[in-house]
Amino acid sequence: MSDTLSPTSSTAAVPSAPPLDSRATRLRHFWADYRRSPAALLSLLVIVVLLVLSFGAPLLAPQDPYDMAALDWLDAFLRPGEVGSGGYTHLLGTDNAGRDMLSAIFYGLRTSFVIGLSACALALAVGIVVGLTAAYFGGRIEAVLMRVVDLQLAMPAILLALVLVAILGQGVAQIILALVVAQYAYFARTTHGAAKVERGKDYIEAARSTPLSTGRVLFRHLLPNVLPPLIVVATVQVASAIALEATLSFLGVGLPLTEPSLGSLISNGFKYIHSDRAWLSIYPGLFLMVTVVAINLVGDQVRTLLDPRRAT
Amino acid sequence: MSLLTIDHVSKRFTRPTGAIVRGLEKLRGQTPKRTVHALTDVSLEVARGEVLGIVGESGCGKSTLGRIVAGIYAPSDGAVTLDGAPVARESRGTVDKLTTRVQMIHQDPFASLNPRMKVGETIAEGPRQHGLIPAPDLRDRVAALLSQVGLEPAYADRLPHQFSGGQRQRIAIARALAMQPDLLVLDEAVASLDVSIQAQVLNLFLDLRRDLDLTALFISHDLSVVRHVSDRVAIMYLGRVVELAPVAPLYDAPQHPYTQALFASVPRLGEGRARFHPIKGEIPSPLDPPPGCAFHPRCPFAGPRCRTEVPRLKPHDSRAVACHLHDGGTGATTGTSEAA
Repeated sequence: MSDTLSPTSSTAAVPSAPPLDSRATRLRHFWADYRRSPAALLSLLVIVVLLVLSFGAPLLAPQDPYDMAALDWLDAFLRPGEVGSGGYTHLLGTDNAGRDMLSAIFYGLRTSFVIGLSACALALAVGIVVGLTAAYFGGRIEAVLMRVVDLQLAMPAILLALVLVAILGQGVAQIILALVVAQYAYFARTTHGAAKVERGKDYIEAARSTPLSTGRVLFRHLLPNVLPPLIVVATVQVASAIALEATLSFLGVGLPLTEPSLGSLISNGFKYIHSDRAWLSIYPGLFLMVTVVAINLVGDQVRTLLDPRRAT
Repeated sequence: MSLLTIDHVSKRFTRPTGAIVRGLEKLRGQTPKRTVHALTDVSLEVARGEVLGIVGESGCGKSTLGRIVAGIYAPSDGAVTLDGAPVARESRGTVDKLTTRVQMIHQDPFASLNPRMKVGETIAEGPRQHGLIPAPDLRDRVAALLSQVGLEPAYADRLPHQFSGGQRQRIAIARALAMQPDLLVLDEAVASLDVSIQAQVLNLFLDLRRDLDLTALFISHDLSVVRHVSDRVAIMYLGRVVELAPVAPLYDAPQHPYTQALFASVPRLGEGRARFHPIKGEIPSPLDPPPGCAFHPRCPFAGPRCRTEVPRLKPHDSRAVACHLHDGGTGATTGTSEAA
């Protein structure tokens, strides 16, 4: 038989592979599909604008709310559009200490983004390690790790975060730590579920029987194949982390007003919600709502596009 | 001196059960069997340069045997050694493979390649990790391997989904060869391919075998494929080797009743009317293997001795058979044993 079919003829019989799909091309396809949803496109635009406003706050905001010396009691409770002693218009008015609300919201948004993004990134890293370890090694390690995760998921995240902040104290780092502890469980569960499926596939067995080191099997083979569902969870969790932080600050255990976040601004204005100064709560609340809704809409679209059952 | 020695290897799989389930079963007074006897007392030797075919129905333990030889599972009893050194070691429930000299090629090339890794990296990562090829030479070596298995070297930068099944199986072969193995384990390596592609991959295997002096364990359920590539063949049934013989005498005159039945069950062309003799009965459950000879419930020659005593694999000339017919009779009253 080896005479009838020589290796050279077998080479010629192999059909040539389809043209190369590079990473850049795949990204371009993804973007083309993403653009088809106007809501998702608008949300992305909103997020970009909010990111620029918040991280550009030191350049864009008329006032530095961290600088207590810049605050003037005489400027307290100016209505939106009034001109204060600084000689500029307070577009969103001022609060009880004479803080320019627009500036405070920009800075507060920055705090919210920093906390939301870094808490999510850390929770993602912890969740990946926990989930991969549990799925790969199985047995007792898996039982212990995943039972802890299940226990945590059974508790409301806000309750856990409240207790942790009460123990750890106030401050950006403490809040991030509390959010990581409250949120890693979602990432761990998603990673575990996806990794458990991939773990049983032949390419993992092939990598193990080469043999490749455990670290390489985990992070070069298993991890890239469980990443798509994690990206979806991560976008949604950023929004949820921002909302959680705002809730903590609103309840008074988060950040102090001298270091404003959206939550503490809403909380500060809440005292006047029944008066004609309700804007003190409403404006930061609107910014929070728009941010969270926009991130969730982007996450929804990413989920739709990454769904393996979606026909392409 | 044989390269690979499989010495009295058994493998049992036990379904793990929690304490609560065990307690409930104890209360009810019934404990279901949950140990699968996948392999029982298998001893085989493979000489350097030899291809040993392993044949049997699904569930006979041939894939388990391949995985034990490839260091993916550790045997429950017995040992698998390559030039006297163990292939794998089990410690605290995980199996550590100790050698790079045995490499495996899986059945399904759509599952055995990491879908998110470029095939060049898939081929290169093993030798890189074990320092088999100096880093500057890796790219050239990957290119050489790809052309050796009949693919273009430029394909190294592509992902698995851009290849057909036959091409993927070639990539899997290149990955195995990159580790410069002494022994290849091919587990149904062509079973999932179209017949025309099967022929190409088999020819590739035969060419590589000739060029590289490969030793291989060729596992398949396909009698004609095994005949084509093997020097010797082991027939397995329910976790045991029932017959072991060089290809020519085995295919000319199978000795064990199971081997005879297996050969008879292959549909043949050109004999006028359809001749197709399936083996009667079903393969017994490996959870609860029958006593004595595992084949006796389906064997037309079974006698009383077959129901109680396990036949041993007895050598006859160059071959070996595990059957009482060839080892003092089945214990049946009159000459049924001559019917073999």
